[in-house]
Amino acid sequence: MAAVDLSTELCGVRLQNPTVLASGILGTSKGLLKSVARAGAGAVTIKSLSLEPLPGHNNPIVVGFEAGMLNAVGYANPGIKEGAKEFSNLKEVGVPVIASIIGRGVGDFMKVLEGLWGLDFAAVEVSLSCPHTPGYGMMAGQNTPEATKEIVSAVRKGTELPLLVKLSPNIPEIGRVARAAEEAGADGITAVNTLGPGMLINIEARQPILDFKVGGVSGPALRPIALRCVYDIYKTVKIPILGVGGISAGRHAVEMLMAGASAVGIGTAVYSQGIEVFGKVCQEMGEWMEANGCRSVKELIGAAHAP
Amino acid sequence: MLLEPVMMRIEEVIQESSLVRSFIFKKSLEYQPGQFIMLWIPRLDEKPFSISYHGKDFFGVTVALKGRFTQGLHEMKVGEWVGIRGPFGRAFNLEAGRACPEPIRFRACVVGGGVGMASLAVLIERLEDSVVVQGARTAAELLYRNRFKDMLLCTEDGSAGTKGVPTDLLEDLYRHYRFDAIYTCGPEAMMVKVLEFAREHNIYMQASLERYIKCAVGVCGQCCCNGLRLCVEGPVLDGGTLEKLEDFGRYARLGNGRRVPIGTYLGKKT
Ligand SMILES: Cc1cc2nc3c(=O)[nH]c(=O)nc-3n(C[C@H](O)[C@H](O)[C@H](O)COP(=O)(O)OP(=O)(O)OC[C@H]3O[C@@H](n4cnc5c(N)ncnc54)[C@H](O)[C@@H]3O)c2cc1C
Ligand SMILES: Cc1cc2nc3c(=O)[nH]c(=O)nc-3n(C[C@H](O)[C@H](O)[C@H](O)COP(=O)(O)O)c2cc1C
Repeated sequence: MAAVDLSTELCGVRLQNPTVLASGILGTSKGLLKSVARAGAGAVTIKSLSLEPLPGHNNPIVVGFEAGMLNAVGYANPGIKEGAKEFSNLKEVGVPVIASIIGRGVGDFMKVLEGLWGLDFAAVEVSLSCPHTPGYGMMAGQNTPEATKEIVSAVRKGTELPLLVKLSPNIPEIGRVARAAEEAGADGITAVNTLGPGMLINIEARQPILDFKVGGVSGPALRPIALRCVYDIYKTVKIPILGVGGISAGRHAVEMLMAGASAVGIGTAVYSQGIEVFGKVCQEMGEWMEANGCRSVKELIGAAHAP
Repeated sequence: MLLEPVMMRIEEVIQESSLVRSFIFKKSLEYQPGQFIMLWIPRLDEKPFSISYHGKDFFGVTVALKGRFTQGLHEMKVGEWVGIRGPFGRAFNLEAGRACPEPIRFRACVVGGGVGMASLAVLIERLEDSVVVQGARTAAELLYRNRFKDMLLCTEDGSAGTKGVPTDLLEDLYRHYRFDAIYTCGPEAMMVKVLEFAREHNIYMQASLERYIKCAVGVCGQCCCNGLRLCVEGPVLDGGTLEKLEDFGRYARLGNGRRVPIGTYLGKKT
């Protein structure tokens, strides 16, 4: 496979391969980030941190179904102060680490950013798109072009790190939100967060399975939607895209790159295939590229847009 | 494995001790000793419990009264329904030590403390040759005394068996029984001592740990111990892994992911 170069670049950050651990899956400790890096990820994202600790929703917080997963973790996290202790000396992880941050409004975001100061993050991802946490993301209306512009403009002034903005698929014209982020100074777009919210009911219990009743849909069911979102965003903005949603195989990753992504996030596939999924996706991508005479990831980015 | 909760009827409730009850379900569930299930009471919560009774067409859990959820469960009666998913996690390795060249009989030592006995009970039934030590604060808190008649007992107040903790007995037991492996579950401070003992004598050792578990399927990261997910790579871990695990005996994470000294974790209502 020596002829194939899997490396790529995302907002100026070099990645050995395009697979990135998506936020909220396993990113709770530096130790887990190391485990995922060892499993072959090109970069990793931490579980989103807020200003104050959040307990998250009661269990069940996740449930699998035939086409993926429903989750209402509810942003459980120890807050930025504890988070900063956890994520010191990030060089040990061995691959670039992206900080994911959340807030109830501009004030929160700015303080969380301050808390990241001095840590070795390679980029910051501002998540404006969770569909199941009161006060945050969609439930706080942060997924509109106007709110996106307001938050991103402020955050832009607070950091020199490359800035990614994570969008929700639950908006008909996602390109408009992406453009708002770009105009406000974002360096890249992460697309997408979970879809919905959705619901699953246990018919014997006659109750929604998630304690919060509703949760975000991820995994295979999200893949075609995520692809369309990335395709639309690629048409509207110039900044690079981290494509996320339902990726669990090399072919899916290639497809996402062709839609316009520069790198691909993987979350739910850790549930269906284990941590090894990162190495597996890379291996399959490499094989596909070799078999199809493709030497670098760059050749694939946006390939599906050719007239 | 049940990936989403399946509602099951409580068929029997056993009062094991003043604060501990077992709940029996007449369902068959493929399971290996050491694994755990998630037990759901709709509109209350869902929490992890070891399987403590297991047969072809039944299984059960043994639950100590701790806080809100276990209170809710203890109030439930025969005929009421709860949701079960699982079993999850890595089981005890029953083949441990069997690699010896001659056909010598494999003998194990099982060290249980408090409700940790629940995760060891089916293991004890499956082991052909074992010596079992259970420790508790006081006689009234000892579990399964009729179920495992030859079990050695220790109590901190001396109200039953030897006065002291199970690890006090290990040296003597080893001299007497020369076991090939030690399996343990209980207070982490006890398991730390068991690990030390096993290292000194070069005996294969496994321990079942407790951390705050949420998703149970290895995605949420809540139950991590350093780089391990306890719900997938555990709850049973080998001595070799434990030796290198910085958190073992020292740190655990609260429900919001904050890493605190283990004493704080245990003392905290979550
Ligand atoms: C793999 C595993 C197997 C277990 N097996 C048993 C068993 O067989 N019998 C038994 O009685 N208990 C068992 N437990 C512990 C049991 O899950 C907790 O006692 C129970 O969740 C307490 O809930 P609560 O609401 O009553 O108490 P709370 O007041 O909420 O908490 C009391 C203490 O219980 C622990 N705890 C609370 N929630 C959780 C959680 N989601 N995951 C892990 N620990 C938690 C914490 O230490 C907390 O400090 C096991 C735990 C794990 C991780
Ligand atoms: C259990 C779980 C927790 C998540 N937590 C977060 C989070 O904290 N922050 C965030 O921006 N996205 C979060 N997400 C969304 C994922 O990062 C990702 O965008 C989404 O799941 C789609 O990718 P996938 O299909 O590969 O999982 C979470 C998803 C899941 C399944």
